[in-house]
Amino acid sequence: MIALTVVSSGIMLQFDWNGVAASEEAGPIDTLLDVMIVLSCFVFSIVMVMFGYAVWRYRAKPGDESDGEPIHGNTKLEIAWTVIPTVIVLFGAGYSWVILDDIEEVAPAAERMQVNVTAQQFAWTFEYPEEGVTSKELHVPVGTQLDLRLTALDVLHSFWVPEWRIKRDLVPQGAGGDEVDDTVVVTPNEEGTYNVVCTEYCGAGHATMRALAVVESRDEFDAWIDETKATAGGGGGGAAAG
Amino acid sequence: MPVALREPGLTRALFGALVGGAFGFGLVVALRAISGLEIFQTEHTGYPHVIVPAITAPLGFLAGIGGFDYWLRWAAGKPTIPDDHSQHGAHSWRDYFKFNTDHKVIGIQYIVTTFFFFFAGGLIAMIMRAELAQPGTQVVDPNVFNGLFSTHAALMIFVFVIPVFAGIANYVLPLMIGAPDMAFPRLNALSFWMLPMAGILFLASYAVPGGAFDAGWTGYAPLSTGAPLGQSFFNLGVQFAGASSVATALNFLVTIITMRAPGMNFWRMPLLVWANLSTSLLVVAATPFIAGVQFMVLFDRALSTNFFQAAVGGDVLSYQHIFWFYSHPAVYIMMLPGFGIISEVISTHARKPIFGYRLMALALLGIVVLSYTVWAHHMFVSGMFSWLRVPMMITTLLIAVPTGIKIFSWLATLFNSVLHLYSTAMLFSLGFIVTFVVGGISGVMLGMVPLDIHVSDTYFIVAHIHFVLFGGSVFTIFAGIYHWFPKMTGRMYDEKLGRVHFYLTLVGMLGTFIPMHWIGMEGMPRRVADYSAQFGDWNLVISLFAFLLGAAQLVFVYNMIVSWRFGPRATANPWRAKTIEWQVSSPPPIFNFDEIPRVVGGPYEFGVPGARHAIMGDEEGAEVKPATPAVAGASGGGGHPPPRSDS
Repeated sequence: MIALTVVSSGIMLQFDWNGVAASEEAGPIDTLLDVMIVLSCFVFSIVMVMFGYAVWRYRAKPGDESDGEPIHGNTKLEIAWTVIPTVIVLFGAGYSWVILDDIEEVAPAAERMQVNVTAQQFAWTFEYPEEGVTSKELHVPVGTQLDLRLTALDVLHSFWVPEWRIKRDLVPQGAGGDEVDDTVVVTPNEEGTYNVVCTEYCGAGHATMRALAVVESRDEFDAWIDETKATAGGGGGGAAAG
Repeated sequence: MPVALREPGLTRALFGALVGGAFGFGLVVALRAISGLEIFQTEHTGYPHVIVPAITAPLGFLAGIGGFDYWLRWAAGKPTIPDDHSQHGAHSWRDYFKFNTDHKVIGIQYIVTTFFFFFAGGLIAMIMRAELAQPGTQVVDPNVFNGLFSTHAALMIFVFVIPVFAGIANYVLPLMIGAPDMAFPRLNALSFWMLPMAGILFLASYAVPGGAFDAGWTGYAPLSTGAPLGQSFFNLGVQFAGASSVATALNFLVTIITMRAPGMNFWRMPLLVWANLSTSLLVVAATPFIAGVQFMVLFDRALSTNFFQAAVGGDVLSYQHIFWFYSHPAVYIMMLPGFGIISEVISTHARKPIFGYRLMALALLGIVVLSYTVWAHHMFVSGMFSWLRVPMMITTLLIAVPTGIKIFSWLATLFNSVLHLYSTAMLFSLGFIVTFVVGGISGVMLGMVPLDIHVSDTYFIVAHIHFVLFGGSVFTIFAGIYHWFPKMTGRMYDEKLGRVHFYLTLVGMLGTFIPMHWIGMEGMPRRVADYSAQFGDWNLVISLFAFLLGAAQLVFVYNMIVSWRFGPRATANPWRAKTIEWQVSSPPPIFNFDEIPRVVGGPYEFGVPGARHAIMGDEEGAEVKPATPAVAGASGGGGHPPPRSDS
């Protein structure tokens, strides 16, 4: 079983299951996944070895009409397979809790940038309140923590950039909307162009509700802000009408 | 009036449906005319002149089939007609199309009806996989696709997996506990006939303006509250399926608690009975929540009640909380009866007592309690109160413990056994253990908030639910159908074809659902008619395996139909099992037992010399006296005992 665990988890760990990692949060999440893969391979190996051995060793020969040995149980074994899994899952829960606190830690204001994300069937709008800019693309200076404020105008949508690992639904809210947890932080740390994917089913155009997420250097970002301000003329802000 | 319209039956039922529909339609038209409203309101969520008949026509059908005859007579104070048992038992195939109070007839009605919807849902899945085989749009446009995945899930969940278990238990459970029938046979028959109403409403939505309901089987508000007319058919279909489910669960609870044969205490009940006791406890308390929340959506749509309209003070997230408060327990409603079936099959075909029987029963109850405390794990990224996530994560992971107990106990049962690998029922049970462990492991991963944040609403979820619902529930259903086929039909099926069915299904299942994990983790969201080209190769592979999986089911249909008609006659107990249903003829007599059996030991005493589970009434030397009021009169005059208790 140990050998099978080592071999199977050794193979399973060779793959980047979650694909490219491009945010501070992706690291801890992928580490948790690796730990879970090893634990899962261990549990799966136990089950498969027991299963394979029993099926191979105790299969009936044709015409064998005898009965098996009347074993009704074994209290020690039963306690063991109640207690050990409990310990494993509680360890998993505790570890997940630590990771969760880690990936949701809010950076100091100076390293953080607020972006108001608005979703509607079937488009994204990103507003930069500090810059007074509104865009259909999400541009981010690399290494800055994004403080996303999420709103939906019609039905539920969900913000996800697979390479960043972070996802959160956008919920339509009325005037007293502070019941909904509508902020999420993520710190992209690899320059590149990614897709913002809508993952909460939102109707006919759901499959194609995408926006570009561009992670670039601070200089490129500043240039983009200036350019967008210039083309938007009156300071932007009208695109989120709805 | 022609006889066909006076006697309860299909003719009167169709007539009743027409009358009911006309009444509902007339009511709407008349009331709107009186109120000075536009007669036909056809804004797309409206259509009261369609919605109201969609309620009254099924009720008319149920009245016509004879669902309320006895109760209405009684309520009207007319003298009750002495029961001649003419509605009990099947004497020809026509009796299966009537209101019938025999639990064995009802069981078969359930199974055949639900398998019809299984194949309808499966066909829909084939169309979806054809569309998804390549990126872009080839077979159906996105609107149609969205209707397809919504109806696929609704049919599979509400009118296949949940009720087929009710059907199997309906047939087997009263026999297993030595009861002459269910506690409330008329309610039982009514429960069955509500089921086709639900399935027909789901399918009928394809015929209405705007097409089939397309807000997903989850029907999240506010997408569902603004969706076209078809969504109302979903809201109403769930009411009929839910009412059917609740009534059956009450029936099982009363039957199990009050009608066990003398000597069958709780620790002598077969695990299938324990499993259905647990399931019924979930159904009666949880199902009203989905019925309620679908009414709230319907009222938002038709009556502008604004439960979920944020702009006017409604609360969007509350839909998800109420929905999952049912729908998480529902996954156990779809799994616990299967656990029961697996215990029966493994014990019988491995010739061993179930290892740790009492802990197995307690684990079921543990799952029942825990399953009410985990619903918000479906909502980790929904924007609900963030502090609710960690406690829900802990309970979610803990539910793996009783589930693990069951897996380990089945494995331990296999040790020192005499394992009959050629039995199709056993193969499906063994296959179930492997696939369900995979589904359980991915479930534990999903329970962890940080991992769930990444894979929530991706194909990883699709992979997980199909591993637990197909590799889990459907495998157990096949195991149960094969295991009890000789008992139900009195015929043997073809084991060779059964094995072909199993191996093709296993390969198709693994090939279809394993790669879905990978593309989900890499970034493919679920519920999409189109996807980015990078996932194209795997989707083609998935589609090909899915077609194999679909084709494999044709082997099953062929085997079942041909064996039912032409198979060799089955003996009473072809598997040499110990439980009571195998001690009567195959198929059992109309009233099950001439005399109620007496239970003298545990249900799985394989290999114990001289051990008995039950002593049948007709056995030599057995002096069985009717011991409970439920069987009073059983010894009367050589005839059959009355089919129901005095309740």
